Amino acid sequence: MSTGYRIPDTEYSVSPDSVELAEQARSWKSAYVHIPFCAQRCPYCDFAVVAADEPGGDEAARYVEAILAEIAMEDTPFPLDAVNFGGGTPTRVDASDLGRILGALDQRFGIADDAEVSIEANPEDWSPTYGDALLSAGFNRVSFGVQSFDPVVLNSLGRTHSPDEAESAVRAARESGFDTVNLDLIYGAPAETNDSWSATVDRALGLGPDHLSAYALTVEGGTALSRAIRGGAPSPDPDVQADRYEYVDAAARAAGFVRYEVSNWARPGRACLYNLSTWMMGEFLAFGTGAHDYRDGARGRNIRRLDAYLSKVESGERPRSGSERLDDFESERERFMVGLRLAAGVALGSIGGPFVECFDGGRLLDAGIVRVDGDRVVVERPLLTDLVARSVLSVSPGDC
Amino acid sequence: MTAPSRIRNFSIIAHIDHGKSTLADRLLERTGAISEREMRDQVLDEMDIERERGITIKANAVRIDYTALSGETYQLNLIDTPGHVDFSYEVSRSLEACEGALLVVDASQGVEAQTLANAYLAIEEGLEVIPVVNKIDLPAADPDRAAEELASVLGGSADEVIRVSAKTGIGIDELLEAIVERLPEPEGNSKGPLRALVFDSFYDTYRGVVSHIRVVDGSIAKREAVRFMATHLDVEVDELGIRRPAGEVVDRLEAGEVGYLITGVKEIDLIRVGDTVTDTDDPTPVALPGYQEPKPMVFSGLFPTDGDDFERLREALEKLRLNDSSLVYQAETSRALGFGFRVGFLGLLHMEIVRERLEREYGLDLVATAPSVAYLANLASGEQVPVRSPQDLPDASVLESIEEPYVKVMIITPSEYIGTVMELVQQRRGTMGEMTYLSPERAEIHYRVPLAEIVFDFFDQLKSRTRGYASLDYEPDGYQVSELVRVNILLNGIPVDAFSTIVHRDKAYTYGKAMVNRLRELIPRQLFDVPIQAAIGTRIISRETIKAKRKDVTAKCYGGDITRKRKLLERQKEGKRRMKMVGQVEVPQEAFVAALKLET
Repeated sequence: MSTGYRIPDTEYSVSPDSVELAEQARSWKSAYVHIPFCAQRCPYCDFAVVAADEPGGDEAARYVEAILAEIAMEDTPFPLDAVNFGGGTPTRVDASDLGRILGALDQRFGIADDAEVSIEANPEDWSPTYGDALLSAGFNRVSFGVQSFDPVVLNSLGRTHSPDEAESAVRAARESGFDTVNLDLIYGAPAETNDSWSATVDRALGLGPDHLSAYALTVEGGTALSRAIRGGAPSPDPDVQADRYEYVDAAARAAGFVRYEVSNWARPGRACLYNLSTWMMGEFLAFGTGAHDYRDGARGRNIRRLDAYLSKVESGERPRSGSERLDDFESERERFMVGLRLAAGVALGSIGGPFVECFDGGRLLDAGIVRVDGDRVVVERPLLTDLVARSVLSVSPGDC
Repeated sequence: MTAPSRIRNFSIIAHIDHGKSTLADRLLERTGAISEREMRDQVLDEMDIERERGITIKANAVRIDYTALSGETYQLNLIDTPGHVDFSYEVSRSLEACEGALLVVDASQGVEAQTLANAYLAIEEGLEVIPVVNKIDLPAADPDRAAEELASVLGGSADEVIRVSAKTGIGIDELLEAIVERLPEPEGNSKGPLRALVFDSFYDTYRGVVSHIRVVDGSIAKREAVRFMATHLDVEVDELGIRRPAGEVVDRLEAGEVGYLITGVKEIDLIRVGDTVTDTDDPTPVALPGYQEPKPMVFSGLFPTDGDDFERLREALEKLRLNDSSLVYQAETSRALGFGFRVGFLGLLHMEIVRERLEREYGLDLVATAPSVAYLANLASGEQVPVRSPQDLPDASVLESIEEPYVKVMIITPSEYIGTVMELVQQRRGTMGEMTYLSPERAEIHYRVPLAEIVFDFFDQLKSRTRGYASLDYEPDGYQVSELVRVNILLNGIPVDAFSTIVHRDKAYTYGKAMVNRLRELIPRQLFDVPIQAAIGTRIISRETIKAKRKDVTAKCYGGDITRKRKLLERQKEGKRRMKMVGQVEVPQEAFVAALKLET
């Protein structure tokens, strides 16, 4: 395992939206490690997280041991092309502990020399020494949850870091020598204005990241945000979000980025391998609370509750809460529906032909929302991808 | 055989929620017709929809044996009737089968318009009416006031009013005594040629048409040849019976008795409610007061959401009609909705019930268009044509005038709401007639109003503006020429027949604007901008635009999420299945009933 990854079997500078890259990603194997701990619960978040003041919020040490145990229990290991630590907030855990988990993955499965090893980070947890420690533990890609450079918006999102903290964390990571630095942004919060968003995007691009993810603020059921909106708080406006999306897309392109998925832009050679692989139905293992895996045509998931997860693993059992095996048609349909999110488009396969021939597909072609490019279907209006994906559901197994 | 002097035939007249069904339940229980163990609420209401809505739609008859204080045993026939104004034809048939009626009012609510209308109907039919105040056990009850009102309406004394609680059983014994004491025995010639009134009939899958009959003269016996006079149908009596309320076969029904008749006839049209049954071999020269064709008041288009279900809808309507001869329909083609039926109903409740039964009992998914009344178009040629749907309206170039149906409306309201009621009726183009005070606190007001103004939301408006205290009844009162226009609604430049409506010229603009706004809210954004316009002829009176959809995508998709995301899309797709394509525009079903709920 070395620091410094390259995209396996391709030129390093390959464009993030290249068809070859996407098709290559299908064969990559990866692993996901979920770290559920957070300083506090963000009002919009519906992931499996435990805030510091909630029961189990101080169980990080015990959790790391459980992850190590879960890795040891994994019985169908395969060598890894990409590893991703997400959360929650992975950087709530000591770099040395994260390094132990990474070491265990390497020992058990083998992490390829040129693998992408990525971690999600909160700016307020970051320091140059912490970054150096992660780098020497084997991480080579860091993704900062910057969200916004407007303090009003950050506050409305329940984020506790300041814009300056975010900026210095990004600079520090650059100086430590991470191969790829990503910034995660959230747009369309009701507190945001056109000006604050353009300032955020400009400042983010000004920091010279390699990768940019920009997500529309989404109201998930069961979150504090959805309760507030039910209580009369303003909800995100889809038209405003479309404007903000168009702004970030244009600004990123002007700065030399290529959009390769609905919400993701990268410089040549810096597409996120882990994400590409999961979108292309590549197999992946998963460890930790609420983590999902996909292999041998089945999607499995872990127990979501921290206490239940811990006691299961500590009693020597796999912390599974369920799995679903997709039949050939379902898995073909998922491949196609998820593939629509990629700028490279998706191979027609067995479902694509019937789709473009069907009534809904025809309407979408006529309206210029999708186009057929050789043997691929490409969504021309990424903001309407779900509309296209729903139309794919009109195709039934008998049609293929 | 029971001597006519030992028979009493009666109905219960009551407003919805005033306790008619509970009172019937209690009478059955007290006379031992039904044991406590068999008791369930609303014993006589057999349809699910009746029990759920707490209403009676079909008439029913049950025989009760009652041993009076005098020691004599009487045969009491309780004929259950619908309470809603939509079903007043069925009420009038049921009343004709009786000599008496219990007029039941809620002790806390007092007399209501529909009750009063039915009470007047009973008095007109020559029935003896026993006033009953129910629910006297409730804390809010004011039995004295209710009794005074009843006495004033019926012209008797408050002392004659029987006070009961159907729920607890108070006063039931006294009521049973009053039934045998005060109600007259059936008149009729037990020797004369058979005359029996069909006061209701329904279709049974195994037995064919089952008719409820009241024998007026003579007698009817099993295997006799009988004739249905209106349809000149001669058949043999297959089975006679009574309900207690469980069915019991009998050999013969005598003058004065009530029971059911089965002849094996399968076509309900051949056995009409209101018809007279007589003896084929010894027919009566004079039929009982004749059968009336039920007149549909409200028309609406019913279309299957899935065009392939058209035949299933036709079959379902045919089957429903077996049990509901007031239902009329004819095939209709809509440019927007495809093939369906124009269906005539007795009123809005009837419409709701039919639609609900079609969806529930026949598993159909339907789009119902805005209801319309039946207009008459006078053509320049002198010809007059019926207009049951806005599309039927002839072109302006040949149209001389349009007539619309009017109704006589009776409203009973607490005095403090008289102003409010007047204001509402005025907004609905009504003219006031007579007003009388039932008591210092309550007034009975008469109006003449276009039917179109009251069939939609008038009742709800009346209720909400009078805090639920006012009540309403109406009956047809002829046609009158009005300044009416058709407002067309254009979606994406194309007129959508299902949305067009005939309204009074003064209301066209308000209506058009409200409809356009409502549709803009109800129709989801599409792939392109969709203009919605309201027009009279070629003149656009209102316009809005549904802006094209710009964003429809999940922001974040990660590995673990993929199956969940697919399932979410599948659920959303299910919701879209209930959309109807109109031209290039996807229109949800709710949009088609928008006009119904429109506040103008």
